[in-house]
Amino acid sequence: MTRLAALYQHVVIDHNRSPRNYRPVNPHSHHAVGYNPLCGDRVELFLDVYEGIIRDIGFQGESCAIATASASLLTATLMGRRVDEARSIARRFNAELEGTEPPAGVEGLGELEALLAVRNFPGREKCARLAWRALEAALGGEAALAVTTEAERSGSG
Amino acid sequence: MSSARPITDTAAAYDVDRIRRDFPILARQVHGKPLVYLDNGASAQKPEAVIEAEARCYREFYSNVHRGVHFMSQASTSAFEAARGKVAGLLNAASDKEIVFTRGATEAINLVAYSYVRPKLKAGDEILISAMEHHSNIVPWQLLCEETGARLVVVPISDAGEISLDDVESRINGRTRIVSIMHVSNALGTINPIGEIIRLAHAKGVPVLVDGAQAVPHMRVDVQALEADFYVFAGHKLYGPSGVGVLYGRYELLKAMPPWQGGGDMIRSVSFERTEFAEPPARFEAGTPNIAGVIGLGAAVDYIRALDPAAIAAHEVDLLRYATELVADIPGVRIIGTARDKASVLSFVMDDAHPHDIGTILDGDGVAIRSGHHCAQPVMQRFGIPATARASFGIYNTREEVEQLAASIHKVRDLFA
Repeated sequence: MTRLAALYQHVVIDHNRSPRNYRPVNPHSHHAVGYNPLCGDRVELFLDVYEGIIRDIGFQGESCAIATASASLLTATLMGRRVDEARSIARRFNAELEGTEPPAGVEGLGELEALLAVRNFPGREKCARLAWRALEAALGGEAALAVTTEAERSGSG
Repeated sequence: MSSARPITDTAAAYDVDRIRRDFPILARQVHGKPLVYLDNGASAQKPEAVIEAEARCYREFYSNVHRGVHFMSQASTSAFEAARGKVAGLLNAASDKEIVFTRGATEAINLVAYSYVRPKLKAGDEILISAMEHHSNIVPWQLLCEETGARLVVVPISDAGEISLDDVESRINGRTRIVSIMHVSNALGTINPIGEIIRLAHAKGVPVLVDGAQAVPHMRVDVQALEADFYVFAGHKLYGPSGVGVLYGRYELLKAMPPWQGGGDMIRSVSFERTEFAEPPARFEAGTPNIAGVIGLGAAVDYIRALDPAAIAAHEVDLLRYATELVADIPGVRIIGTARDKASVLSFVMDDAHPHDIGTILDGDGVAIRSGHHCAQPVMQRFGIPATARASFGIYNTREEVEQLAASIHKVRDLFA
């Protein structure tokens, strides 16, 4: 598989074209907006958590294929999970993206593995991370706070 | 721009292959494909003459400028000041003393904002810019407005990405302290009728700063014919080094301006009671400048002036037209910026693909374009889009490269549509 074909593999294209759970969740218990000022990508995440279980999860926004697929995959993976499980999956996903040793005792990533090809595209890693940063902010209680994947740097021309 | 002229006229005179050989980087490959460099609007590549001029400075005569009596300092100073003369020639400034070296176009705008405009700015005064400005021609003015209570007034742009002169004229009044407008838009390619805008402003006694960062690489600029009060550009977009820019200012304006930064090289005499400042341009060049960069910029000016400006314009217009034709033909593509008078910038969006995905897929074919908001977020908001993909052409680009661009965009469509 070429570098590009690995990045834009079927799972990613499919989740970009038909994002899962692409809707607000109302009422919701947790909410955050992930925003990347560099490219304008925006992912708004909603969770309805009851007794430690993610009963419903959805997202909205406007972003590139990688960020959209990542958000869609995030919701599909975490729907119905316990919050502590969600945190473990997020930790594992981040560790795999960074190429560091995944934490022990966490299951495989399943379809999320399709996103790991961004490791070969240093400029695009932030796209895959955006929804996960929003998740962290939402669960961390920075509800409704905009989080960014990086500080704004305004490039030339 | 001689856009009506047939292409064949200049094809013989303009030898793009010879020009390409002057740019060593163009021979390289990216991801196993020949580099197709179409990000000239962000920064242009450097000819051997520029690389060599910088290297020679360091190899043969480098020293600090305007300081020593020794041979090396004299040699560096004379090469540095010769570059000032070359830039003055490029812009047809009345005198070398009207050329101030800065870190870039951004610093040049800030210099004018802080040294020329700020001292006379009061609450209720106005600064006029346009809706297509780069952040570097928005933010410095916003900072001044915040500090003084002055107001930033914005000339709107049309769906094609053009400014109407009526809209400019109606917004210039007795409270306007400066008009600051870009000559050519980096995000849309629009060439603004800058001469007319200057005439309108001067008729009401208002000075004009022109941001020429995107204009100088593409056309002959004559600051005296334009009657520009200030004109700024960046070396790195003119095939010169990064980290060096130019402020042209009419001498009588520069002479009346207080220093912006204090330090060495900008003083006549210093005691703890009193400092007398040097005359322009030294007054605005505190500290050791980018010596090799300025000398490299001088070489870039020599390089570009050895080419026929009309032939460059015709070549780039041909590339723009050809690219517009091929890209507009691809289903789902919308071109952003369709002004009648355009420099070689092609901004576009696609129905099913985000500009960042377009950029990544094109990169896989060795095609370098810019994707993002181009430091012009108000322009993106005006068109209701988060970002665009932008191909920008320079003197060394070819029709074959335009064809590769189009072929790669077709690939994007095949993947996403």
